[in-house]
Amino acid sequence: MASSETSSTTYPRLVTAGDSAIVIELGSEIDPNVNNQIYSLVKTLEMADIEAIRELVPTYRSLLVNYDPLVSGFAEMNERLMDLVDFSKDRAGTEPEQARIVELPVVYGGDDGPDLDSLAEHASLSVQEVIDIHSGIDYRVYMIGFAPGFPYLGGLDKRIAMPRLKTPRVSVPAGSVGIAESQTGVYPNASPGGWQLIGRTPAKLFDVSSKSPSMITPGSKVRFVPVKSRDR
Amino acid sequence: MTDNPSRTILVVQPGPMTLVQDRGRFGFQQLGVSVSGAVDIDALDTANLLVGNDSNAACLEVMLGGLEIEFSNAVVIAVTGAESDLTIDDVPISLGVSYFVHAGARLELGLVNNGLRAYIAVGGGIEIAPVLGSRSTHLASGIGGIDGRALITGDVIYLGQSSDAVASGLLLEDDSPTSSGSEINVRIVLGPQDDEFSDSGIASLLNSTYTVSDQSNRQGLRLDGPVIESKSGRYDIVSDAVVNGSIQVPGDGKPILLLADRQTTGGYAKIATVATVDLPRLGQAGPGTKITFSAITIEESQELLAVRSERFNPKNLVSIVEKISLKVDGDDIVVGVADNGSSALAAVEGNTYPVSVEEYTPAG
Repeated sequence: MASSETSSTTYPRLVTAGDSAIVIELGSEIDPNVNNQIYSLVKTLEMADIEAIRELVPTYRSLLVNYDPLVSGFAEMNERLMDLVDFSKDRAGTEPEQARIVELPVVYGGDDGPDLDSLAEHASLSVQEVIDIHSGIDYRVYMIGFAPGFPYLGGLDKRIAMPRLKTPRVSVPAGSVGIAESQTGVYPNASPGGWQLIGRTPAKLFDVSSKSPSMITPGSKVRFVPVKSRDR
Repeated sequence: MTDNPSRTILVVQPGPMTLVQDRGRFGFQQLGVSVSGAVDIDALDTANLLVGNDSNAACLEVMLGGLEIEFSNAVVIAVTGAESDLTIDDVPISLGVSYFVHAGARLELGLVNNGLRAYIAVGGGIEIAPVLGSRSTHLASGIGGIDGRALITGDVIYLGQSSDAVASGLLLEDDSPTSSGSEINVRIVLGPQDDEFSDSGIASLLNSTYTVSDQSNRQGLRLDGPVIESKSGRYDIVSDAVVNGSIQVPGDGKPILLLADRQTTGGYAKIATVATVDLPRLGQAGPGTKITFSAITIEESQELLAVRSERFNPKNLVSIVEKISLKVDGDDIVVGVADNGSSALAAVEGNTYPVSVEEYTPAG
């Protein structure tokens, strides 16, 4: 339980999410350095191979540790995790790690990106400029959530930011690339959605029959590569 | 486990929503894959214990009842969870008891009259191909179960091989069905973001009665009741991971209690988390159910879990058939009436069948 005032909260801090999970918070805001530390902590915990840990769920600036309280109780887990957080902090930054880059071919505009024209107009840019800006940088995968394989990407150029659609679409096709405020992302599967759709990738982002089902993994980077057609 | 494709269940009537569920899909939350699984884990565990299955065997989760299925082979079955009229070939049976049924037998569940979801376990479990390590159905992502969907009329579901000679006529000692009733008290542990809420906001949660709204499903229960005040007037946080039983508070101040089909992450502050042992009752709480909350410590919550794990143990299985032995046509038959219901049972060579009471009216 956290009792300190939000304004004076110091990090890292450990908070409880019920009787079977502890959340390690390394910050309160979206920050690439904090996110790096989260994935460094994931590696540390995986190496520590703690029997009670069932599953780790890394997000922007925190790491949820699901554990079996019948194997290790709260006090024991809490102490163990504190130690490992300290250890991981000392270790972080000593070896800047090269993030894996996932290249996604994207057909921009037309039926594949029905909102590209209006986004260009909104941004007072040409369609080609929007494409160049969107495909011009590598996006950090801060976390995966919302739906299987759905990446939360950071680093969108503010010039092409745009609010969500007023009325969400009932169905967005799988592979659609969208923009919502200052975020960009890809829908791995068909789903309802309110993002501005600027293109579509033929890449199969999520395959349940694979042992590594998600093409995009947390901590990696995504590069959008403009192509003429979705045929491969 | 070897497949015997001849052992199947035929779905005659699926009811409003029947899903294949096990204990859930773990290990892929960091890739955005929801856990799903039975929302009343107590009923799932009980059903699997009664028919001699592994605790993670897949069962049918029957929302609101109204199901009719037929068994291709002789199997051991048990129904647990929500209460409804249960019959095998029109003979009444009891909730929470294992029965041996003949090839061709038909099981019917009437509409539930207490609780929300019944569970049907069959000896050997449901033997469909697991997806990412689980057979649980997650409707929103179309993963698991039968093509990621609810059962429909005509579905044929394959069963695994049952372990040895499974006993029937068993019940779990001290089995209190999860059925919620119209008012339930739910124990919670405050956090992880209780510090986002004002003292009066936390008091609202702990001292008010909330009502389950009809906008509730396997993803979560939306609750109507007093608004929970945050310190800053904002309820958004940078999205992070949620757990089974997270109580998140969105901008309207009305709590949402997350259940099995929850998304893996969320952007609302979470004031508290339900004690794991109280989650099954929320899985049985239909619209209109009144909920109050009591805060307990994390140590108390973990102690409750330890007690629970003692309960779900094969050593707590007892036979409900009284030892009245008869000889009928040369067969040894043991007859008894279930203490927990109106059904009668007859045991022939170790297999307990449901029988119609009328057939056992003593003559003269």
